Amino acid sequence: MTRRLPWGAMARMTGRRALFAAPVLLLVTFGVFAVAAASPFDPVKAYTGAAGLTASQENLDQLRANLGADQPFTTRWWHWLTSAVTGDLGDSTVMRRPVADVIAERIGWSSLLAVTAFALAILLGTALGVLAARRRGGLFDRCATAAAYTLEAAPAFWLGLLAIWLFALKLGVLPPGGLTDTGGDTVTAGQVARHLVLPAAVLGVSQLPWFFLYVRQGVADALDEDHVRGARARGLRERTVLGRHALRSGMLPMLTLVGSRVPELITGALLVETVFSWPGIAAATVQAAVSVDFPLLAALTVLATAAVLLGNLLSDLLYGLADPRVGFDG
Amino acid sequence: MTARSARRIRGTAAATLATALALTAAACSNPGGAGSGGAAARDGVVVGIAQEPETLSPLLGYGKDGNSKLFDGLLATDGATGLKPALATALPRVGPDGLTYTYTLRPGVTFSDGTPLTAKDVVFTYRTILDPRTNNPSRTELDALKDVRASGDRTVIFTLKYPYAPFAQRTVLGIAPEHIAGKQDVNTGPFTTRPVGSGPYVLAGWSKGEKITFKANPRYWGGEPEVKKLTMAIVKDDDVRATRLRAGDLDGAILPPDLAKGFAHDPSRRTVEAATHDYRAVTLPTHNKVAGDTAVRRALDLAVDRQAMVDKILGGAGKPAHGPVPTDSTWFAKGTERRHDLDAARKILDGAGWKPGADGIRVKDGVRAEFPLWYPSGDKLRQDHALAYASDAKKAGIAVKVQAGTWEVIEPRMEHDAVLAGGGSPADPDFDQYPLLKSTLAGDGFNNMAWYTDPAVDRALEDGRRTADPAKRKASYDTVQRRLAQNPAYTFLTYVDHVYVLNDDWNGPSTLTEPHDHGLGFGPWWNVEDWTPKK
Repeated sequence: MTRRLPWGAMARMTGRRALFAAPVLLLVTFGVFAVAAASPFDPVKAYTGAAGLTASQENLDQLRANLGADQPFTTRWWHWLTSAVTGDLGDSTVMRRPVADVIAERIGWSSLLAVTAFALAILLGTALGVLAARRRGGLFDRCATAAAYTLEAAPAFWLGLLAIWLFALKLGVLPPGGLTDTGGDTVTAGQVARHLVLPAAVLGVSQLPWFFLYVRQGVADALDEDHVRGARARGLRERTVLGRHALRSGMLPMLTLVGSRVPELITGALLVETVFSWPGIAAATVQAAVSVDFPLLAALTVLATAAVLLGNLLSDLLYGLADPRVGFDG
Repeated sequence: MTARSARRIRGTAAATLATALALTAAACSNPGGAGSGGAAARDGVVVGIAQEPETLSPLLGYGKDGNSKLFDGLLATDGATGLKPALATALPRVGPDGLTYTYTLRPGVTFSDGTPLTAKDVVFTYRTILDPRTNNPSRTELDALKDVRASGDRTVIFTLKYPYAPFAQRTVLGIAPEHIAGKQDVNTGPFTTRPVGSGPYVLAGWSKGEKITFKANPRYWGGEPEVKKLTMAIVKDDDVRATRLRAGDLDGAILPPDLAKGFAHDPSRRTVEAATHDYRAVTLPTHNKVAGDTAVRRALDLAVDRQAMVDKILGGAGKPAHGPVPTDSTWFAKGTERRHDLDAARKILDGAGWKPGADGIRVKDGVRAEFPLWYPSGDKLRQDHALAYASDAKKAGIAVKVQAGTWEVIEPRMEHDAVLAGGGSPADPDFDQYPLLKSTLAGDGFNNMAWYTDPAVDRALEDGRRTADPAKRKASYDTVQRRLAQNPAYTFLTYVDHVYVLNDDWNGPSTLTEPHDHGLGFGPWWNVEDWTPKK
């Protein structure tokens, strides 16, 4: 079934969204600076760590001036923004390095984790959802649905600890954390792949229930629709009925879900990265936030916001494609 | 973002994605694999630590106590409080007025990149730290230093503002290479995370939040270490650290006493308890109507059951603290121990006019004997100490209200509210006691949190740092401790041992008397460069 894609409409929607994204990003960074400035955390205290507990007031005041922490947040925001548009993201105080370097070093590992987990959640969720929908109320459906609700309530953090306990400690088959073997100092693809299994599986499994439940519901509803029942009545093969008719309309709600799960994926990755000592961007975000590291925090927020906006755009585009009645907004 | 880093981002992302897709399947089908790596290698050691350093640059404060594996100081720590020559050929020659310190450098020392280490690098290091534009939070520790200059390639002369007896202790901090660190931004340049030093190890890699790896420096002037590879895995969570130790992923780790107990009967591992100067104490702010009253302070000193805290809170891994010096230190003033004596505490309060009210809490001139006690939230050890303190105080008729908060919440209240503080440095009594007790430092950052003022103590503290005569110094610090027994500014509670568990594979692990700070350079691996394999 080939059909010409409505490139023009899709491009127009993407353009409109991009225009809309600029003020949103601007507002979000301003908000980040305002909230961070209002937070009770003190950047100087975060910078000095334990050494600050023995430092003299003069030393601390000097640091405050050096770090620019004595300026109002609006000044700092403007300074950050004007530098950022010229390509200078500033220096991260907590990492003692340029922000661009910090992000460059970590974003690949976070993307790897998130993409693997997401792919796992979507594929497995869809497959199980279709299976469950075919015989609603059957044994498999009841077990899978119960498990999905349980998983939905289980925090990724707890799942991670459980996975470490079972696979690393009891069975000893997978490494309990890190990007590579703790004793090694080179990053090899094989090691990374082995170390990726647990965190990606935990993150994927924590996302899986939503996809499973949506697909199960969507496909089940579709199977009850007249045209599907008609198709069945005409004696079409079960595979054709499922693939052509039920799955196509049953997948619709899931497409929007793909986009809307992005924020959840980011927060989930945050916890999973922490549990598994995964050197990704999420761990840096937490550190940047509690250390009031404005330049790093702002850059990471822009990234996260952009990811969410992109996720929404993607799901709307897919939805528009899958169901032409919806069209592309505007 | 620069074009270079943008390219790197795309490159990393593309490469990692490709490997992910290609190899996840392969990894899944081969779960047996090599098991947990690292621990089996005989020439390497992997240890788990709880806290990651912010930087590895000595210019920003890393390794200031001489505990860096990457850098050498002019002198080095030798056991508990002694000093031994390192980059210097001998201990410094001190001028007769105590104002000049002259060091001669060991010949033939090079940085790990092969460049010779000279007097000019020493001068560069100290001048950079003293520069106010350098974001070094420990600069105050070099307050006594006026100037440093080189005389030829191998002689360095320090000039002090005032005679400062423990100055030599400060020269254990690492020396940075001027030809590298001097050519970049000292606060954010690559040297802060990829430093080059002259120490027994060179940095092999640092994946922030995950691990730091070191490899033996073949050019090290002290000989190449036999432990060829040293990995510090950063595992913040205590339970995860214990789990990874048990799984064989780590060779050693710092653990809370209760988790360390789980390894007690494992013959392949040993548990090491390092004695410390790491005290926990309650500040008794002079400006508080109740906690500032000398009778209340003395009564609290007698009412607390320190031994019970050691037994119950520390699980025996520690000892009672009677003052800023542990009882087993040579600086301890004998006779300043305070026995737990609730009756004596009650008598002192009765005598001072604090009469029990209807609810058992004492009252004097309409003032109820109560004050708040803060501890930093999340710190279980301090919480336990605070609760035990409140319960002991209540028995004497003093209501201590325990509250948790972040340091940002606590700091503005320190002038009037009590805090469960911690600290301690074994290197010299001046390092702890001067900032803790000097009246002119009251309310200066976290110095003198109790706003303590006692002219006799002030005088003794000055005498103690200005004379080099050990007997006179001992007398000065005895005076401080005796005054503190009569008018306690703090209720010292316990010294906390640091507990480590490690595999029994090497000869050489030992412990130092550790300061409050711990992590990278302390623990049984403080001398890892001297370890030899067990046959």
